[in-house]
Amino acid sequence: MSCSRRKFLKSTLKGTLAASVPLSAFRFLSPAESRAATESTGTPGTRWGFIVDTNKCVGCGFCVKACKKENEVPYDAPVTRTWVERYVVTRDGKDYIDSPMGGRDGFTDPKIRGEEIPPEEITKAFFVPKLCNQCENPPCVQVCPVGATYQTGDGVVLVDRSWCIGCGYCIMACPYGVRFFHPVYRVAEKCTFCYHRISKGMKTACVDACPFGARQIGNLLDPEDPVAQIVQTQRVAVLKDEYGTKPQVFYIGLDKNVR
Amino acid sequence: MTPELFVHGLEWTEKSLYVYPNEFIYWSIQIVMYPYMTGLVAGAFVLSSLYHVFGQQDLKDMARFSLVFSLCLLPVAMMPLQFHLQQPLRGIEVMFTPHFTSAIAAFGIVFSTYAVIVMSEIWFVYRTYFVEQIGELKNDTSAAGSIKRWIYIILALGASDLSDKAVAKDKKAVKILAGIGIPVAGFLHGYAGFIFGSVKANALWMSPLMPVIFIMSAVVSGIALCMLTYIIIMEWKKFQAVLARGKGDETVLLLRGVEMDVMTKTARYLIMFLVAAISLEMLDLIFRGYTAMKSWDILRSVMFHEDFVKIFVLQYGLGNLVPFIMLLIPGLTIRRTVIALCLVLFGVFMMRWNVVIGGQAFSLSFAGFMHYHLPIIPHNLETFKEGLFGALTVAATPFVLFWGINKLLPSLDLKH
Repeated sequence: MSCSRRKFLKSTLKGTLAASVPLSAFRFLSPAESRAATESTGTPGTRWGFIVDTNKCVGCGFCVKACKKENEVPYDAPVTRTWVERYVVTRDGKDYIDSPMGGRDGFTDPKIRGEEIPPEEITKAFFVPKLCNQCENPPCVQVCPVGATYQTGDGVVLVDRSWCIGCGYCIMACPYGVRFFHPVYRVAEKCTFCYHRISKGMKTACVDACPFGARQIGNLLDPEDPVAQIVQTQRVAVLKDEYGTKPQVFYIGLDKNVR
Repeated sequence: MTPELFVHGLEWTEKSLYVYPNEFIYWSIQIVMYPYMTGLVAGAFVLSSLYHVFGQQDLKDMARFSLVFSLCLLPVAMMPLQFHLQQPLRGIEVMFTPHFTSAIAAFGIVFSTYAVIVMSEIWFVYRTYFVEQIGELKNDTSAAGSIKRWIYIILALGASDLSDKAVAKDKKAVKILAGIGIPVAGFLHGYAGFIFGSVKANALWMSPLMPVIFIMSAVVSGIALCMLTYIIIMEWKKFQAVLARGKGDETVLLLRGVEMDVMTKTARYLIMFLVAAISLEMLDLIFRGYTAMKSWDILRSVMFHEDFVKIFVLQYGLGNLVPFIMLLIPGLTIRRTVIALCLVLFGVFMMRWNVVIGGQAFSLSFAGFMHYHLPIIPHNLETFKEGLFGALTVAATPFVLFWGINKLLPSLDLKH
């Protein structure tokens, strides 16, 4: 095949033009944007962790209320970033569990799903608050097809509302059922440990709202931090250890019946 | 509830016992349609490749048709995903910013590769036809004729060489493409199985067998759909021949003979893949029962109580066992084949349903159940998209496409 210089230059030009059409779909990032994308985010030397003391929880639902208001999750929608479960275990070993409206309004009715449990049959009853475990190995981040959900350098898993396509894969991948679609924004939504608050030195809304100190947040990497000290010195447990997610919400007084 | 407070899934989920507050049936009918449709694509392609690569002469008549049909099914594999996304306009981000630890992120790449293979294979199969048509339509002075000629000129891409050498090269290219296409088709569908099989949070889905089970049932459904469509078209041709020339005419008898012959031969492959699919599913079930992990209690109550009719009666019984026996009884007739094929297609659909919906039938708490109510009459966009009519739209699209594409790429001509 012969190829004159003129022909070669002509085809090179054509090829370049043709190649630039699909390339125009890409855009240049500003230095700040590229730094945000490549460097780790979050406060250095920090790993956020959470303590839930189930012995202290009375199921008042103040944490759920506070969370919904703070994080603008519609108050009357049945979805919530944090919730409280009630467990009632009877003499025959059977357990009754409920969490009406996520326990938002407290547990004032002794009936569970309309069923009255005779008090003499009850051997133990307790409340368990739940929230995102901000796993060390988060399956939700792994499965996001577009990278819209990510883990910050200080260990909190967040969702980019402007990038989530709403496929629901992360919701399916979470063994704890903490994720849902935001009723207004129509993208994946979850507990963020009130990242907008903790990164400014405040406590999460639920921690502040809890009148009994059943919830605590702190830096697990700081040996002086009360939360880090509890994790190091007391007997704490995590939820659903078998999934290998390495949860960072630690429970004091966790019962075997807790799901 | 006000429209801006739309909780996705609330409309069609009914909870019983203890289910976490945020749990709903988030993956509904369109996610049932998605593996079903990709399965049909992969199956149709594998069927055509059996002839092109392995030279199974008995599938010659089926091969061209199933290849064109897999092209028609191609865009439909994407439709259900698009219908299901909460942010459908951002769906394209999967292609532009793929996050490769996610199984879904591979979709863009695998799917485009596959699309390119199918389209180029069709081009090589039909190139001779394009060039012939350009010549034949030269004398056609009608507007339709000249438009059609121009379309063929564009489709031929300037490759008008019809020498023996060039045609032989075409054939070789088809063989190579079909050969590459088989693993890619398998991968396309196998990874659909991987999307489910890798969800460790879901006790029903998590299984390394999932991709293989999906591929086998995909091939089963693809073959069944191709056979069924072939019968419908042949019956229509026969009907036209009867109208034109009377019942006892030679053409009618010829068509009947060809049709029955193709069906008997293709049915053999269908049965083989059906056996493979059922064996794997049974292995999975037995293994779960035998190992009886923590989740087995809730899985057992879903399989043997909540969803017993859907799994054992509709899927395995009506969808697998009955057609299996029907196809095995000697003296196969077209009518019996049609019924068996419809049941096979229904069975594979039920398998997808029982995996996708069944996987969400129990709570992650293992202490409660969720029941799915398919929205039938839509009253907003959501209930249309993720309801009966959305699913029917997806199911009808390949046939509409085939009607159009068949005008340019006739795949049922007896001459070929």
